[in-house]
Amino acid sequence: MTDHVVLRVIGKLLIPFILAYGLYVQAHGDFGPGGGFQAGVIVAAGLILYGLIHGVAATQRVVPPRLVEALAAVGVLIYAGVGVVTLVLGGNFLGYGALDHSPSHGQHTGVFLVELGVGVAVASVMLAIFYAFASRKPIASGGGRR
Amino acid sequence: MDHHLPVLVVVTALVGAPLCILVRQPRVVWGLFTAITWSIAAMAVTLLLQVLSEGPVRYALGGWPPPLGIELRVDVLGGFVLTIVSGMAAVVAPYSLRSVEQEVDAARVHQFYAVLLLALTGLLGLTATGDIFNAFVFLEISSLATYVLVSLGRDRRALVSAFRYLVMGTVGGTFFLIGIGFLYVQTGTLNMLDLAAILPQWIDTRTSAVAFAFLTVGLSLKLALFPLHLWLPGAYSYAPSVVSAFLAATATKVAAYLMLRVFFTVFGQAVAFGELPVAATLPAVGLFGALAMSLVAVFQTNLKRLLAYSSIAQIGYIVTAASLGTQAGLTAGIGHLFNHAMMKGALFLAVGCIAYRIGSVRLEEIRGLGRRMPWTAAAIFVGGASLVGMPLTAGFISKWHLVSAILAEGQWGLVALILTSSLLAVAYVWRIVGFLYLRDAPSGAAPVREAPLSMLAPTWALVLANVWFGLDTRGSLGVATQAALGLLGGQP
Repeated sequence: MTDHVVLRVIGKLLIPFILAYGLYVQAHGDFGPGGGFQAGVIVAAGLILYGLIHGVAATQRVVPPRLVEALAAVGVLIYAGVGVVTLVLGGNFLGYGALDHSPSHGQHTGVFLVELGVGVAVASVMLAIFYAFASRKPIASGGGRR
Repeated sequence: MDHHLPVLVVVTALVGAPLCILVRQPRVVWGLFTAITWSIAAMAVTLLLQVLSEGPVRYALGGWPPPLGIELRVDVLGGFVLTIVSGMAAVVAPYSLRSVEQEVDAARVHQFYAVLLLALTGLLGLTATGDIFNAFVFLEISSLATYVLVSLGRDRRALVSAFRYLVMGTVGGTFFLIGIGFLYVQTGTLNMLDLAAILPQWIDTRTSAVAFAFLTVGLSLKLALFPLHLWLPGAYSYAPSVVSAFLAATATKVAAYLMLRVFFTVFGQAVAFGELPVAATLPAVGLFGALAMSLVAVFQTNLKRLLAYSSIAQIGYIVTAASLGTQAGLTAGIGHLFNHAMMKGALFLAVGCIAYRIGSVRLEEIRGLGRRMPWTAAAIFVGGASLVGMPLTAGFISKWHLVSAILAEGQWGLVALILTSSLLAVAYVWRIVGFLYLRDAPSGAAPVREAPLSMLAPTWALVLANVWFGLDTRGSLGVATQAALGLLGGQP
């Protein structure tokens, strides 16, 4: 759809704001409605809009499938990693209180980090699903089914 | 670090999955998978020993005390099932190196192991948790991962089977969730022990009865109780060999474990067997299923499919034993949970060896393999003997306790059903053995070598376990007795 001027211009205008809004929802999750899942979906929606206008190949130049796969794993690792860190610091698994001197600060940091992990994982999995549907070649696969 | 064991068992598998994705190199990923499964198995055994000597272990996730927060709780039954699941994963790990290299795309191997670890995470978490909603979440983690694993099979029919499993499994999961919803509406809590304390005063309400029905039917779908078994034969037949063996030995077992939890921990024996007609319905359903599925198994021409039908029959035994509601029945059911994991694990691994060498598991293709792959064939012979219930094998112990538990209830009709379906088991096992040993190899068949040692050793480890636990039942039935006592509210 690259030949549609209106789509291209509006997309160019909107996508930065969509991505920024995603970051806002991510960061604002502990004060109001929002959090990692919603933020991840919003960021992925921005990228998918880019893909709808400029094609999958262009999107994959911005965010290669290999990177998407790795980021999905990193997201889960952040989440589980926070849990393991609290465990090492002497708390229970995901007992954020152990992360800081005062438990309430610890809770704050813990939730923020965990939500960050959720955001990264959700955004990349959404994008991976989009790639899987939109491209002929399955994501990160060497050959077809025999 | 000891009191963190319940959560470490689960989290180690969870952390392993994304690591597999990041590492990518097939051999390195396999090494990682092996290291993780072995360490989990070691932790599970430690945990079981700890529970056996000191009683149930409780762990508040995030430091939030239950019933406010989610709690992990491992009693003897939980520790036993954790040991079965992680032990099977550890046994399958060395086997998977060659088998997966052959059956799964090289570019997907790292994803395969990651998903296998996620399935393991789900199964372990479901066993360790003391919160019924948390159990649902883990059940779905393991189920979703399992659908993917089945679809990775080489045969195109694997996709259809995976989709069918997805649909039926989702229906089962949803039923389970609806049941939880009703319980929550009635009691306002999701913690299993809390539920057990609050539920008795509300047991006369229709909400509780409906909740029980939804939970039972949902779990029956997940554990493939006849007639809700339709997803299982396809899923086991077309999945990669490693997956068939792992799932046959663990997935339905864990669903059966959850059913025991619902019956005995959440509702309690007095309710499930006093107020609700469990003992009057499920044993008969289970045994009729065992009979029907054994009959179907006799006519199968695909070895994996035959074993899959036999699995459904064995699940029938487990459900029958557990739903008698007596201590003897419960012990027999939990013991069979363990013994069946041993025998089906051994048989599916042996069949995987055949698939590795000749690329097919159809009965007419395995003619005369007894001479060409003597160790694999012998493994199938011993595993089959255990499945039938020959003395000196684990299967005999199971059958013996099952029959005596039913006789104690004076239900002669059910005993007749068990004996008939055992005879049918003799028929289908004999059929396999006949094809392996008594027929000549097809003319012009390519020469076949014995399976590699890395696959034979795990297979034989399980075969020998069958013999071991047929002679020394302290590790299987001894623990099962303690687990049954714990479930019935005595000292675990």
